[in-house]
Amino acid sequence: MQLSNSRKSYGWVAILLHWLIALAVFGLFGLGWYMVDLGYYDDWYRTAPDIHRSVGLILAAVMVVRVAWRLFNPRPEPLAGHSRFEIWAAYGAHLTLYVLIFVAIVSGYLISTADGSSVQVFNWFSVPSVTGRMRELETIVGDVHYWSTWALVGLAGVHALASMKHHFIDRDRTLRRMLKPD
Amino acid sequence: MNSSTIRTTFAATVLSVAMLPGVQASEHSGTYAFDTEGQHQFINFKISHLGFSWLYGRFNEFDGEFVYDAENPENSKVTVTVQTESVDSNHGERDKHLRSDDFLHVDEYPTATFTSKRIELGDEQGEADIIGDLTLHGVTREITLDAEMVGHGEDPWGGYRMGFEAETELRLADFGITKNLGESAETVELIISVEGVKQ
Repeated sequence: MQLSNSRKSYGWVAILLHWLIALAVFGLFGLGWYMVDLGYYDDWYRTAPDIHRSVGLILAAVMVVRVAWRLFNPRPEPLAGHSRFEIWAAYGAHLTLYVLIFVAIVSGYLISTADGSSVQVFNWFSVPSVTGRMRELETIVGDVHYWSTWALVGLAGVHALASMKHHFIDRDRTLRRMLKPD
Repeated sequence: MNSSTIRTTFAATVLSVAMLPGVQASEHSGTYAFDTEGQHQFINFKISHLGFSWLYGRFNEFDGEFVYDAENPENSKVTVTVQTESVDSNHGERDKHLRSDDFLHVDEYPTATFTSKRIELGDEQGEADIIGDLTLHGVTREITLDAEMVGHGEDPWGGYRMGFEAETELRLADFGITKNLGESAETVELIISVEGVKQ
């Protein structure tokens, strides 16, 4: 079983991290979208934000592992048929996705800790505030969270469409090599 | 009644007589600006949480002034402008929610204002109903503040100050805030405490 990346293929660790994080990002977006419109008397009024915060902070840790894994592993080379534009556009999009995920996580964390309180991750551990109480911080980072998460799922959608284009139109291995190692 | 109580009562009477509007020369008539700099001003609110407890919050940023007419206190006036974004219930996520379009909708309605229209003096000295227009969440309605003059006089730094406390109760739905917080939380109490510095 190929765990690490090679010059021509992604390993299982990178593949699993990719899909796990994709699931978390879209799951968190959907949950966030749903929970902000919940009424005071809905059963999920408190549970949904608890899950959202907890998963978001666990995602932060997983993202750190993913970035470290990317840095200390060979990066599979672009496929031979890809144009210079495709290669740079893909690289730029991937980098932006990483940045947006971190911006989304940090801004979300700051909303919950802007009053100096800590975030409880499931009933497991809690992450303290680094800002302490900062008046009206939650509004500023709230806007950042809203727009960065929209940008994130938007760009992730473009990223998915691009993979479809490679799979169905170009008929190359771009998508397949993110499904299993060669 | 023992002698110390009598002395205290006597002192209190002298003090209240001294504070009677119109008794002294009208030196304390004039325009007073809220002491925003020294933060001797509070707009607190109080609302029930599910009928189990009281939630208190406040607006940190607001400004205003009042004109006090010692000869005819009913001719006095007051105006207040509140920055709705400064709502503070000591809980960041809740404050963010209070600023959203579920409640104060601060992007659309960044200020709330109160302008007095008339003043009806109360039976007790220093008490009055201040009737005026409150604009909150884009809705203007007439409300009555149940106000009491707390005191006035020269401060230790060469100024002249006068302070009031006022209370009123608002139905949130009257101001177009219809988010359901339960039957016990359909109204909110406002407790306003301000000190003005004579200009």
